[in-house]
Amino acid sequence: MSDTLLLGTRKGTVIIERQGSGWRSRPILHAGVPVCYAARDPRDGTLWASLDHGHWGPKLSRSRDGGHTWEDISSLKYPKGARHIAQTLPTPDFDPEAPQGEPQYADAAVYKIWYIAFGGADQPGRIYAGTIPGGLFVSDDGGDTWNLNLPLWNHESRGGDLFAGDATSETHWGGTPASIDYGVFEPGIHSILVDPRDSKHLYVAVSSAGVLESTDGGQTWVGRNRGMLMDYLPNPEAEWGHDPHFVTQCPGQPDHLWQQNHCGVFYSQDGAKTWTKVSQTDVGAHFGFPIAADDKDGRTAWVVPAKGDFQRMTIDGGLFVARTTDGGQSWQALRKGLPQENAHDIVFRHALDASGDRVCFGSTTGNVYLSEDRGESWQCLGNNFPPVYSVRFG
Amino acid sequence: MTSHLYRFFPQLENRELEAPAGSVAEVLSSINQLAPGFTDYILDEHGALRRHVKLCINNALVIDRKALSDRVKEGDTLFIFQALSGG
Repeated sequence: MSDTLLLGTRKGTVIIERQGSGWRSRPILHAGVPVCYAARDPRDGTLWASLDHGHWGPKLSRSRDGGHTWEDISSLKYPKGARHIAQTLPTPDFDPEAPQGEPQYADAAVYKIWYIAFGGADQPGRIYAGTIPGGLFVSDDGGDTWNLNLPLWNHESRGGDLFAGDATSETHWGGTPASIDYGVFEPGIHSILVDPRDSKHLYVAVSSAGVLESTDGGQTWVGRNRGMLMDYLPNPEAEWGHDPHFVTQCPGQPDHLWQQNHCGVFYSQDGAKTWTKVSQTDVGAHFGFPIAADDKDGRTAWVVPAKGDFQRMTIDGGLFVARTTDGGQSWQALRKGLPQENAHDIVFRHALDASGDRVCFGSTTGNVYLSEDRGESWQCLGNNFPPVYSVRFG
Repeated sequence: MTSHLYRFFPQLENRELEAPAGSVAEVLSSINQLAPGFTDYILDEHGALRRHVKLCINNALVIDRKALSDRVKEGDTLFIFQALSGG
């Protein structure tokens, strides 16, 4: 169970530490810079922050002394010749069943480094980064140099190998609204999972395409969207087009995966071979962005429900967390210590985490809440943080 | 240049930098020699000017934002601005 929290916020990185019986926030780091994700590499303690500079382009920042000094890293770039089929925002007369016209190609540039994940204990120095527009980058030297994972970039679900020439298939990767801030409508990778039992066993989740799995360290990828249901395309069971908001797995039982999707909460207990929708709308467990899995028990997970998908804020002005301990068959709304009137928070996809009995989340309203009893009761760690983009124990 | 860049490149603070005449790309490249990584902040991975950055040669806005081919002549001044807004 971790005694440290890392927050990525609109105005910098915040480290909150347990001191005595309370929690204390350090002075903000990367002051004034939007930080869309911050996390600690459990293998060597290096702190990582993804800087979302409005002017200077996305950068990674790394600290090897617990956050006292940081170095910016600019080496995460698409290789020359990397292209993708450009996406456009659907117009009111958009017909999803109409045949696609000639694809328009765009040179790939990193808009956002959305997520950072760490390789297994047997892979020192291996780090993954998920980006908009949908590239998975891999470093094997602790982040000094990065390479684009070509098998995923060139996947047939995305049009094939565009380094070699024009598309050989249609792209099924749609844009994510999270990309609109950058003046584009492109896909993004926001979830990367490394199986604790086998470092070559990976999952990524793409908005808006779905989940893909690799069992050979990223050399080949297959879609894992069976059982997924969507409500915004004509065929709810289509192989592609799904909008996972975040996907995570239980470290102690890695075949148990959880997915907060645009269209509900989904659970898999067979390593994503099949998914089951486990929303429970009368409790509110349906729409939202983040999801956290228990360290040991694959059947336990937490979500922060929101009124979806047009409002995207708390349900009826009361902030609560929903927890299941039986694989999503039932959910409990946990409200003790959370505001139940005039609370309109929304919690982003990376802004909920669990570690042992502790669960923590932060909202774009700048509120951070912590539970030390698995969600039964909550304490407020602060109401005046900048909009919170990510929360991670570290 | 915008003083915000001094945060990342303190070695450039309060200095008037001189570079040989050439294209804007060449002038920026010479600054990059003094401050490695500088162009990664101004340009994207294709060498194009980032969206919220503007360059001027004397009083004239740099037109070619993609290849940065505008010429900086002997005695010209290249300005680097950023478009700041929001909160």
